[in-house]
Amino acid sequence: MTAVKLKVTVDPDRCQGHNRCFAIAPEVFDVDDLGNAFVIGDGTVDNVLEAKVRNAAANCPEYAITITELRA
Amino acid sequence: MTGRQPPVTDWKSDFDHTDPTWVSDPYPIWADLRAHCPVAHSGRYGGTWLPTTHELVSEVAYDTEHFTSRAVVVDNLRPTELDLPAPIGLAPPITSDPPFHAVARRMLLPAFAPRKIASLEPMVRKLCGELLDATSGRSEFDAAVDYTQHIPVGVIVGMLGFPLEDADIFRRFITQVLEKVDLPGEERLDMFMQGEIEAYLNDQIESHRAHPRDDLTSFLLEAEIDGNKLAIEHVRGTMILLMVAGIDTTWSAIGASLWHLGSHPEDRRKLASDISLWPTAIEEFLRAYAPVTMGRLVIDDFDFHGHRMLKDDWVLLPFPSANRDETVFPDAGRVLLDRQENRHAAFGLGIHRCLGSNLARMELTVALKEWMARYPEFELSDPDAVTWSGGQVRGPRSLPVRILA
Repeated sequence: MTAVKLKVTVDPDRCQGHNRCFAIAPEVFDVDDLGNAFVIGDGTVDNVLEAKVRNAAANCPEYAITITELRA
Repeated sequence: MTGRQPPVTDWKSDFDHTDPTWVSDPYPIWADLRAHCPVAHSGRYGGTWLPTTHELVSEVAYDTEHFTSRAVVVDNLRPTELDLPAPIGLAPPITSDPPFHAVARRMLLPAFAPRKIASLEPMVRKLCGELLDATSGRSEFDAAVDYTQHIPVGVIVGMLGFPLEDADIFRRFITQVLEKVDLPGEERLDMFMQGEIEAYLNDQIESHRAHPRDDLTSFLLEAEIDGNKLAIEHVRGTMILLMVAGIDTTWSAIGASLWHLGSHPEDRRKLASDISLWPTAIEEFLRAYAPVTMGRLVIDDFDFHGHRMLKDDWVLLPFPSANRDETVFPDAGRVLLDRQENRHAAFGLGIHRCLGSNLARMELTVALKEWMARYPEFELSDPDAVTWSGGQVRGPRSLPVRILA
């Protein structure tokens, strides 16, 4: 289980700048000057942040966040 | 503002969003429609449709091919009577369609992005503190009249750089636009043509041209689209948008949340004793008491899930009903301050997501926190005396409270 990492992406065509992900998980998401979300870095997230990231995805009104599991 | 139309006897075929029953408690009406008639039609206002489930409301919100935003307030005027200046619309970008919409919106978005809005928080906190100071020593007062109604108007007037003492002009104008929708078309047209607000905005624009300042009015006068300054109609239209969309709405959200806390002592005490609840509680208030029902017009005759929609038919988009859809929100009728999964659509869905959502959320949070810090124990002094606004923005307009202990 320790080898599992998460890959998080924000679909820029779906994101409308609701700002929910940035409010919930600022360690993973940020917003640009227009208020639209993007993933910090390459989107690989350590599993200690899994609960937070899944919570952010579950609160996106536009269903713009995708989480996939990366297995080493 | 209500009761001018014949009373509604059948919500499936003759609904009216100004009917006193809808105004006082629309939730049972919407619940029944979601279950038994998810696309209702009424002959009122020249023909109006009402999708009520989360799925259908989303579908219309995302469909800019069949539905236009050039008019968003459902009333007795037929669209042609307003002679809308395409493609801008009366209040860009809320009344704009693609592709102009994206251009007008992009210009405004930086002014409402999260960090920019966070810098306004001290100003809002000070405003709320002063309003609460003015209530000190009174055991009973009207929280809508003495507190909530002054907050968003003060913020918007401040952001535009207008004199704070002119706030009443805006409140009057907004009430006319948003609540007197059941006036006959001719009377409504006369109201818009009086020109009081236009003359006022022109004076403010002239004053800002002569003396530019660090505010949104000077920002709009300096802004460019494709190397050109904005047309004066665009500047005035955007100012009107900020007033109409930024004042009644947030006033309603703050008031409805206070109504909830004043009538649900357990929730009030939970929130007072556990600060970790605030982020989810704010989103839950936004879900359960979303103030705004949007409007669209049908662009051309077409078939929508077996319903023949006709060109220029109105469509009411009740985001508050979508937010109470049990298929998306378990236990949707209950307010759960710690609701973890909450994809509410209080700020709309798709390209017209409320431009001011970060501002509204900040104002709501600050206004409630300041209130709760000052008056953690309060109740509604006369629940039957609470009145709610009619039309497409729902919130308490009178909210008598009693301060306890």
